[in-house]
Amino acid sequence: MTSLANQPQTLLEQARAHNARTRRNQMISTVVRYGILAIVGFIMLYPLLWLVGASFKTNAEIFASPSFIPENPTLEGYQRGWDTSTRWNFGHFFLNTLWIIIPKTIGTAISATLVAYGFARFEFPFKKILFATVIATLLLPNVVTRIPQYLLFRDLGWLDTYLPLWVPSALAGDAFFVFMLIQFLRAIPRDMEEAARVDGANTIQTLVFIVIPMLAPAIISVCLFQFMWTMNDFLGPLIYISSVEKYPVSLALRLSLDVTEAFQWNQVLAMSALTLAPSLIVFFVAQRYFIEGISTGGVKG
Amino acid sequence: MANLQLKKVEKVYGNSFKAVHGIDLDVKDGEFMVLVGPSGCAKSTTLRMIAGLETITGGEIRIGDKVVNNLVPGDRGIAMVFQNYALYPHMKVKNNLSFGLKIKRTPKEKIAAGVENVSGILEIGELLERLPKQLSGGQAQRVAVGRALIKQPEVFLFDEPLSNLDAKLRASMRVRITDLHKQLKQSATSSTVVYVTHDQTEAMTMGDRICVMKDGHIMQVADPVTLYNRPENEFVAGFIGSPEMNLIPVKLSRNGAPAITLGGQTVTFGNQLASRLSANLGEKLTMGVRPQHMQMVSSETENAFSGKVSHVEFMGHEVNLYVAIAGHQVTVVIPGDHYNPSMLSDGAIRLAPHESRLHLFDPETGQNISLSQD
Repeated sequence: MTSLANQPQTLLEQARAHNARTRRNQMISTVVRYGILAIVGFIMLYPLLWLVGASFKTNAEIFASPSFIPENPTLEGYQRGWDTSTRWNFGHFFLNTLWIIIPKTIGTAISATLVAYGFARFEFPFKKILFATVIATLLLPNVVTRIPQYLLFRDLGWLDTYLPLWVPSALAGDAFFVFMLIQFLRAIPRDMEEAARVDGANTIQTLVFIVIPMLAPAIISVCLFQFMWTMNDFLGPLIYISSVEKYPVSLALRLSLDVTEAFQWNQVLAMSALTLAPSLIVFFVAQRYFIEGISTGGVKG
Repeated sequence: MANLQLKKVEKVYGNSFKAVHGIDLDVKDGEFMVLVGPSGCAKSTTLRMIAGLETITGGEIRIGDKVVNNLVPGDRGIAMVFQNYALYPHMKVKNNLSFGLKIKRTPKEKIAAGVENVSGILEIGELLERLPKQLSGGQAQRVAVGRALIKQPEVFLFDEPLSNLDAKLRASMRVRITDLHKQLKQSATSSTVVYVTHDQTEAMTMGDRICVMKDGHIMQVADPVTLYNRPENEFVAGFIGSPEMNLIPVKLSRNGAPAITLGGQTVTFGNQLASRLSANLGEKLTMGVRPQHMQMVSSETENAFSGKVSHVEFMGHEVNLYVAIAGHQVTVVIPGDHYNPSMLSDGAIRLAPHESRLHLFDPETGQNISLSQD
């Protein structure tokens, strides 16, 4: 009799023990998973952390220890690096970079939108061939076109100006952006544009008042990409810009590498850290639009 | 105030597919014209050609006394309500309504007055500050109608505007749009409407006249009563009315009174039918009789077809009987009050078609050959 009466209690205890075990296992699994993620994340971030840490180190310490925490933190790298070995300080190069980026980004946004609108919404002769050409340039390695482009711009007398950097983008030369916007536009139903036409809007009014507001997330993504890629572009300015006065930061960074015999690594690293900042800030500020722009491109119904 | 005329309007697509075969349609000023037909009959294409969203490849479209073939949609004096409303998603309801007027540089006071007037008529006053995504289907529908109304167009175009609503809302919107049309007509504002639908209930209840289309041809244009009672061809007969009209191949013999033979059973008719038939008719015809126009008669009655009931649908107010007569499936509707399950106990049934409601079609051309000439 007693055994029968006790049985429910034993069962209850068993169930509780089982639950506790499950909870414990889940806990362990979570800890392990996040632990691995944290370690891998840290390994991937380490070079960046080291860069920031090392920019506060003295030159002597940089190669002495692999740790990223400086023993005697100093701002010397930033002060000297900012002054540069040229007549201009680093601020001047930052302004140069902005002077390249801003017209280029605006030009890209306008031209890529116009071209994408044309391809996505209108029928015109040779559309298929033209579109195939756009896609072909997307597949073509950049290097292939460097020399013909250089010769062209040289003949136009555009060397050592920003024009070779601005003009191709302002003429929708970045096929990737055109393609991205076309894909986004294709996913937007035409009804709204037709409604606007019935409302009396002409093509440009339809584009400005109806299409661009709906396309905004994608256009913001385009601007962000263009901003970051231009910020990091080294080869373009290297080929076309020859006077130091017009250097953007990407070239100015390299400047500190060849004028002095013993490299002032902490200066280079300090300025590299500064150079990274704008892209990172812009990315985090606009992250929401950025992700919306990319992710809704193909699937929005 | 304008009528709308389509003269030999054609549409051929680039791949040489001919969607619209030279149609003629005359919509009178203030008329509510419904274009109806199965999917793919080019009714929407026709509407879009009237709107100017689709080019026409032949013929002429007139609104009032001007030919609009080459005018952009904005200059045609039309307004359109789209199937999925097509409200501008980034604009508040207020701006959705006023966009067309702003584009036309209407003075601000006039726009404000227009918005107030329209939102009063359609009861969307509280919605003016909302975005389209914050509206329910019915509300979005009313805003879409408002956007058309505010422009005071000469012709309203509706492209299946109710097909995205649930059945109940659809019924109430149907009444609302019909009322609106009456209001406009009484206030002597232009109120010509072309309304596309695939739903024959909408067509029959809303239209002053209905244009039935099939494969880019107009099959018949008539008011709902004529369309129902005097279909000009087999297609219209089968398309209008629910359940569908029974269309059965029969043999006609005219030795004396006209007699129709169906699988060995012959029913003789009287003068009414004889007077409607012309002299030189072939023997093989298609008989068309609506389910409501077959009467259940007692087994002794002569001049009726015998059949076997295969299936019964009791709907309450009426009962649908599916009957096999000599291998042909025939639908019969009888009033629910007359129905008693025991009367079909053995499944045998005798049916007499109403002579005056009987149609005969030429099986080759599909034309109704039993319409009296009056």
